[in-house]
This record gives sequence, C-alpha cells and structure tokens, in this order.
Amino acid sequence: MADNISGLNNFHLDVLKEIGNIGAGNAATALAKLLDKRIEMRVPQIRIMRFSEVSDVLGGAETPVIGILLQLQGDISGSMMFILDYPSSRMLVNILMGKPMETELEYDEMTCSVLTEIGNILAGSYLSALSNLTNLKIIPDVPALAIDMAGAILSVPAIEFGKTSDTVLYIENVFTDGCDSVIGDLFLVPDELSYGKLLEALGVV
Amino acid sequence: MAEIIKVGMAELKVSRHPSILTTLGLGSCIGIALYDRIKKNIGMAHIMLPSSSIATASSNRAKFADTGIHDLIEEMRRCGSDIRDIVAKIAGGAQMFAFATQNESMKIGQRNAEATRAVLAGFRIPIIAEDTGGNYGRTIELSSEDGSLKVKTIGFGIKYL
Repeated sequence: MADNISGLNNFHLDVLKEIGNIGAGNAATALAKLLDKRIEMRVPQIRIMRFSEVSDVLGGAETPVIGILLQLQGDISGSMMFILDYPSSRMLVNILMGKPMETELEYDEMTCSVLTEIGNILAGSYLSALSNLTNLKIIPDVPALAIDMAGAILSVPAIEFGKTSDTVLYIENVFTDGCDSVIGDLFLVPDELSYGKLLEALGVV
Repeated sequence: MAEIIKVGMAELKVSRHPSILTTLGLGSCIGIALYDRIKKNIGMAHIMLPSSSIATASSNRAKFADTGIHDLIEEMRRCGSDIRDIVAKIAGGAQMFAFATQNESMKIGQRNAEATRAVLAGFRIPIIAEDTGGNYGRTIELSSEDGSLKVKTIGFGIKYL
C-alpha cells in the first residue's frame, strides 16, 4: 500500500507525474489565455526529499521569491504553491495591468492582489482538471502571498509533512515562455494520506 | 577564516572553536543557537515542530523542539561542555503567510517559539537574546569567537544578537 512515501514504487511515481502533467497542462492553458502569450511547461518532477534538502529546491535557501500558497480541503488535503522570482512577477503584472514591460514594480497592495489572483487562477485550473480526473472533491482555500527567502516559504508545506513523516513529496511543474525562460514553479504538495487517495481514485492501488 | 558549517532543516550540529554554524531561510522553524562561554563550543538546531508527542512515527528527533534540544545539549556535553556554561539565543518562529481563516496549524511558528523557551528553561539554559515572530524569514550565523548571532532578513536588514 502506498500510504507512506517509502511505499511508493516507480509506477506510482509515474502516475503522480501524470497528475502533474494534466493539472499543470490545464493551468498553463489558463495562464496563456490570461496573458495572451505562449506558455510551455517542462516535464513534471516528483521530488521526494529529506527536510534538509527542501530549502535548496529553488537554487538557494536565501533566494528572494514570491510565494502564493493555497491550502487544500475536501477529499484530499495538503497545499498548492506557486513560486516566482522578481523578474517574472514584474513581467506578469505589467502584462496584466497593460503597462510597458520595463515598468518597475512596486510590491504594493495592488501588485500583491494581482499576483495572488494569478496564483488563484493557476491553482484553480490545475485542481479542476485533477478533480475531473479523479472524481475527488478538492477545494482550494483563499490564497495567501508572501515575499521572502525561498527556504522560509518552502518550509511551510514541509512542516505539515513533518508531523507524520521524515520526507516530503512535491509534484513540481515549471512554466516557461516560448524562449525557455522560467516564469514560475507550481508545486502540488498533497499530504501523506492524500497521495494514497489520489492513486486509489485513479485505480492504481 | 573559521569554517562555516551548514545546518539544514530538521538537523542539529555541534562544533569546536574556531567555527561558524549557519542555518538558512528559517520561516516558522526555530534556530536554536547554544554557546559554551568557557570552551567556546557552539551548537545549532533547526527545529520544525514543538513537540515529539504529536508524531506518529518519528525517527528524526532533530525536527522537534523537545527531542532536538535534548540531543543538541547531549552533543555539547560530548564535546566537553558543562551545561552550566551554556547560554542560548533563538530566532525564527515567523508566520510566513497570513490567512483569512486562522487555523491552529498556521500558528506553528508561535508554538515553536513557546515550546523552545519552555524546553530550554527545563534545562536551566538562559535565553540571553531572541528574535522571533513577525512574518518574515531569517538566516542565522553563530560565531564561536564571541557567541554572537547574526540575523539576516530580506527587507528588515541585518542585526546581531
């Protein structure tokens, strides 16, 4: 049974990767429509890590990033996180606000609200694809935004895992523009009981 | 230059003078810095959760405040430190995200800080400085030279405890 991380085999991991593919595919389409811009995504990655490795996922624990976090409720629980760096956030906000691309971004209430909404739309489209696929009810909570060190932001879902496990599982999708420059990372972090449920709903356990 | 040793999330390390212990990107976690004022041994733990009692199957003791601090002190003793010479500085325990619906699991930073204080008090180790709470991440660096703790943030500058 795959009710803990060590019980997952390669087949399970492939299925979780496929979940990332389908969810993020839908999210990429939503983002492309929103920006009227070509959006691509890389092959999803399943990251199973010890906690000590978590903070280095985004190229350094101290790298400043913008994180939008949504808690998940319903048949599965866990969280979804969209993480982007300063240049990407500037690009996204300027496009959406109809401003010239080189406009400097101030992280005021308006900017944060735009970024939060982008996270909301991405997560919503990801989760609705996932929900349709699995017939599971998945409800995202109101999103929250933080601008800080990558390590500090990534530790938030990791702490939830810490209650039951010594490793953490992230399903990671990277979105890029047509020229392969990274726009942002979308993480689905189902809690330990939830990925068993996801696999079960897809008939693989 | 003293050697810089990194302590990851849910890890603990002890080293002798001269050395520097650092932990990067503390959010709701707490960095516990211990300093032996006589021998200049230093120890650091990066705990994630307040108490090992909430765990079902815990193999890593370093992730909890109670077992983590206990083991950190044991390591210091093994390095020759007398517990009466040890002082503590703590940092972290932030709430990174502010949610409209305040559930208990979001206040984990505050609970980590409270548990850390209580555990250290239980060992009669004085906390001589702390920088906890708020809604921002911290990187800390403990020097064996004088036991100073450098706290770095994004947007709130650098300070020394």
